[in-house]
Amino acid sequence: MSGASTTDAVTDAALARETKSDRTLHALIFVGLAMAVAIAPFLLYPVLVMKILCFALFALAFNLLLGYGGLLSFGHAAFFGMAGYVCAYAAKVWGLTPELAILCGTAVSALLGFVLGSLAIRRQGIYFAMITLALAQMIYFISLQAKFTGGEDGIQGVPRGKLFGLLDISSDLALYAVTAVIFFAGFLAIYRIIHSPFGQVLRAIRDNEPRMISLGYRVGRYKLIVFVLSATIAGLAGSTKALVFQLASLTDVHWAMSGEVVLVTLVGGMGTVFGPVAGAAVIVAMETYLAQFGASVMIMQGSVFVVCVMLFREGIVGRLARLFRVSL
Amino acid sequence: MTAIYGVPLQALFGQLLLGLINGSFYAVLSLGLAIIFGLLNNINFAHGAQYMMGAFAAWMLLNYAGLGFWWALILAPLLVGLFGIVLERVLISRLYRLDHLYGFLLTFGLALILQGIFQSKYGVSGLAYAIPGELAGGQRLPFMFLPNYRVFVIVASLAVCLSVWLAIEKTMLGAYLRAATENPALVAAFGVNVPLLLTLTYGGGVALAAFAGVLAAPIYSVNPNMGADIIIVVFAVVVIGGMGSILGSVVTGYALGLVEGLTKVFYPEGSATVIYVIMALVLLIKPAGLFGRTN
Amino acid sequence: MFRQVWLAAVLTAPVTMALAQTPVKIGILNDRTGVYADFSGPGAVVAAHLAVEDFKALDKGLDVTIVFADHQNKPDVGAAIARQWYDSDGVDAIFDVPTSSVALAVSQITRDKNKAFVVSGAGTAELTGKQCSPNTVHWTYDTYALANVTGGALVKQGGDSWFFITADYAFGQALERDTSAVVVRNGGKVLGSVKTPFPNSDFSSALLQAQGSGAKVVGLANAGGDTVNSIKQAGEFGITESGQKLAALLADLATIHTLTAKVAQGLVLTEPFYWDQNDGTRAFSKRFSAAFDGKKPTSPQAGVYAGVLHYLKAVAALKSAKDGAAVVAKMKDIPTDDPLFGKGSIRVDGRTLHNMYLFEVKKPGESTDPWDLYKTLATVPGAEAFRPLSEGGCPLAAK
Repeated sequence: MSGASTTDAVTDAALARETKSDRTLHALIFVGLAMAVAIAPFLLYPVLVMKILCFALFALAFNLLLGYGGLLSFGHAAFFGMAGYVCAYAAKVWGLTPELAILCGTAVSALLGFVLGSLAIRRQGIYFAMITLALAQMIYFISLQAKFTGGEDGIQGVPRGKLFGLLDISSDLALYAVTAVIFFAGFLAIYRIIHSPFGQVLRAIRDNEPRMISLGYRVGRYKLIVFVLSATIAGLAGSTKALVFQLASLTDVHWAMSGEVVLVTLVGGMGTVFGPVAGAAVIVAMETYLAQFGASVMIMQGSVFVVCVMLFREGIVGRLARLFRVSL
Repeated sequence: MTAIYGVPLQALFGQLLLGLINGSFYAVLSLGLAIIFGLLNNINFAHGAQYMMGAFAAWMLLNYAGLGFWWALILAPLLVGLFGIVLERVLISRLYRLDHLYGFLLTFGLALILQGIFQSKYGVSGLAYAIPGELAGGQRLPFMFLPNYRVFVIVASLAVCLSVWLAIEKTMLGAYLRAATENPALVAAFGVNVPLLLTLTYGGGVALAAFAGVLAAPIYSVNPNMGADIIIVVFAVVVIGGMGSILGSVVTGYALGLVEGLTKVFYPEGSATVIYVIMALVLLIKPAGLFGRTN
Repeated sequence: MFRQVWLAAVLTAPVTMALAQTPVKIGILNDRTGVYADFSGPGAVVAAHLAVEDFKALDKGLDVTIVFADHQNKPDVGAAIARQWYDSDGVDAIFDVPTSSVALAVSQITRDKNKAFVVSGAGTAELTGKQCSPNTVHWTYDTYALANVTGGALVKQGGDSWFFITADYAFGQALERDTSAVVVRNGGKVLGSVKTPFPNSDFSSALLQAQGSGAKVVGLANAGGDTVNSIKQAGEFGITESGQKLAALLADLATIHTLTAKVAQGLVLTEPFYWDQNDGTRAFSKRFSAAFDGKKPTSPQAGVYAGVLHYLKAVAALKSAKDGAAVVAKMKDIPTDDPLFGKGSIRVDGRTLHNMYLFEVKKPGESTDPWDLYKTLATVPGAEAFRPLSEGGCPLAAK
C-alpha cells in the first residue's frame, strides 16, 4: 500500500510543470474569485453563499490532506463538527466575542487533529481511511453523549455578537464580510503551504514514500503536520459555520458529512488548487435546489460519486486544467 | 449467588452468550470483507448496504413470493450475490488499474444509492419479519432465558465461517484464490481465469453479507439504515484484526462481540465506543493489527 | 429558489381571483425522505390542504397558498430554508418541523423575523420551556407529556414498579428522568435502569436485565429505530408473555403499523390522536386516506391539520397574517376547537392543551385491519397531561 498516489498522473504532471505564468494565472483567479464573492450576496441569498464559503474552506482543508498529502481521511467531520460545537459553546455560554470563539473552536480542532492524526498515520491507504472513519464515529458518539453539545437538540441560538467587542455582525451582510475574509485567509494559507518547500516534500512523500524514507525524511512527522494543518483549517470552517447558522448540531459530526467533503473535493478536482471551491459551489447548489423536488439527497450524492469515480476522476477544475494545459 | 465486581455470575454468562451472538454478525461480515480485500485489494464500503439488501430480500421473498425464512436463507444470498457480480462486472472491475481508493469511493457511492433507494421505497420505520416457527420460543437456562433463534444464529454463523475457511484452505478453487491473492500475474500465466476469479470472489463476499442480513432480519429492525450503522463497527473490527488471514478476521469478530458484551455489563455507557478504543490501542501497540502482516 | 415547488403547490391549492382577499402563505417544513418521512412528511402537506379546504378560506376572505420543503433533518438546511421563506418568499407561518434541533432553530428565526411557527412533529419540551417564544405554538405533543401520561396512568392501573431501558443521550435521559419522577410521585418505584448506546441494534442484554429485575413495567426511553429494535427483541425474549408490561415512551402509529400488531401486541404508549376515536376523526381519516395512498393519519399530521385550521381562524379575525406575534397572541385568545383534538386552549407559553390518551396495541386476534391497532386504556385531560406552566421556566409565563 505504500506510495499510494491518489491523484491522476495528469494533475501530477500539471503541478510539476507549474511555471511563473501559472502563478500569475492563479493570482488572476484569486482576484476574480474575490470579485465574485463581493458581488454574490447581491445576486444570491447571502446565507447560501456563506454556506458555500464554509464548505469550500472545509473542502480546501480536506484537499490539502488528500490531494497533496495523499491521505484519504474519511473522518473529517469530526474536526468540522467538534470545532462548531466548541465555537458555539464559547460564544453562547462563555459569552466570548466571535473571533475568540472561532479561535477556541479552531484550537480544539487542531488538538483533536493531533490526537487522531497520531493514531491514523500508523497505517496507509485504505486502512487510513477506515481508521479515520472509525475514530470520527467515536467522536460522534462522544458528541451525542456529552452534556455540553446538547445531544440531539444541539447548541441553539448562538449569538453572532460583536467582532472584537466593537463591530456588530448580526446582520447577514456584515457577517458575510467576515466569512469572506476568513475564507480568503484560509485559502491563501493553504496556497502558501502547498507552494512551500514543506508542500514539495509532502508531494514527494505522496508519490513515493519509500524513496523519501531512504532519503532520510521523517515521513511520519510530515504526515502528522499536514494532518494537523488540515484539521485546523477544517475547524476554522466549522467554527465559522456555527456562527453563520447560529447553531451547532450532530449533522456536522456525522459520517455523512465526512462523505460529503470527499464528494465536494472529488467533483471539484482532487489535488487542484481551486477544485474544492468549484466542488462546494456545485454540490451545495445541487443539494439546495434539487432537494426541493423531493429527490433523495442520498441517491443524488451516491450517483454523483459513482459518475465521478467512473468517468470524471479529474473533477471540474482538473478537466479545465487539462483542457487549457495549465495548472489550476 | 457468586458475583464478580458486584455483577452476578449468572448475568455475566448471559451477557457473554449474547455477546457471542453479536460477534457472529461481526464475524460473518468481516469475513466477507476480508475475502474481497484479499483478492481485490479493495475495501467494499457497500458491504453494509448489501447486508441490508439481504434482510430486505428475505422480506420481499416472504411478501411477494410467499417464500419463508429457510428459502430466504439460500435464495437471498444468491440473489444479492448475483447483484454483486453484476456490480463487479459493470463498475468495480473497471477500476482495478487505478488506486484502490477509487474502489473505496465507488463502493461508498453505491452504498449511498442503495440506502437511498430502499429509503424512498420502504421508508425508514422498519419492516416486520417474524422469527420462523421452528425456532420460536426459547430455553430456560439456569442463568437466563435463551431464545432458540439466537442459538441458531451462533450455529449458522459458525457453520458458514468454518465452511468458507475449509473451502479456501482445502479445495482447488481455494488454492487458486490463495495463489491469486499472492501473485495474480503468475496465476494468470498458469492459465487461470483471474478476472472470473475476481468476479466470483466479489459475488461470494457479497453473498456472505446478504446471509448475515437474512440472519438479522427476524431480530433487528429491517430498515435501510441497518447496514450503515454496523459497517463502521465492522471496519474497526477489520483494523483490529488486520486483514492478514481469513481465520483472523473471524476470530476477531467473535472476540470483539464478547468484549462488547462484557462492556455492557460493567460499563454500559461505553459499549458504543469500546471497539474504537480497542482499535486505538491496537494501533498504538501493533499497527498492523492482531493478525496482520506488515507489507 | 422554490419557484417550481410553488407552482405545483399553487396549482393544487384553491385558485382564487377575487380581490380584497388577505393573502396567507403557509410553509410546511419537514423531513420528506429521511427518518421522519412516515411520521409527518408528505402526509402533513395533505393534512394542511384538507384544513384549508375545511376552513373554506375563500369565503372568509383569505387567499391561502401552501408551500413545502424538505429539511433533511439538518438544522442548517432547515434554518436556511426558513430564513429564505421569511426573507424573500413571503411565507407568513411555518408548520410541523420534526427533529428537535431543527424546530428550535426555526423557532429562533421565526421570532427574529416576527412570523408565526406552529410545531407539530417535534417533541422537545424546550419549545415551551426556557426557549419558548411569543411567535411559537407547540401543538401536538411533547416529551414531558408522553412521560407524564405513560408513567402516571400506568402506575394508577397497577404498574407500580418500573425498569428503564434508556438510550444513552440527552433525549433518552430526559425521558427516563421525567417518567421516573412521575412514577415516584404516583407512589410507584423505579427498580433500575440500563443505558444502551445510541443508535443501537442489540437490546438483548438490556432486556435480560429488565427481565431479571422483576419490574412490572419495562419502560423504553428511546426513539426511532431503537424503539423498533427493542420492541421486536422484547417479543423474542418473551417480555410481555412473562407478565411484564412494555411501555414505549416515544412511539407512533406509523411505527406500530410497520411493526404490525403481531410483533407489537400489548405495547403501551401515549399519543394525542388516533384515527379511530370518534366520528370526527374517522371522517377526517377517511378523506385523508383517499388523498394519501390509503394511509391513516398520524398524530403529527393531525396536529398540522388542527394547527392550520386554528391559525387561519386567528388570521381571519385579524384580517392580516403579517404580524406573527399578533397572530399567535390571537391564537392564544381563541379557544381551540376542531374535530381531531376537540376543545382546548393555547397557554401563554405556546403550549396547546388537549387530551392525551394511553393506548395499548391490540392482539392480532382483536385487530381486524392493518391499521386497526389501538385500544384506549386511559384519557388524560390536557391540563393534567402537560407540564404545569410554572415548571417550564418559560420567560413569557413570568410576566
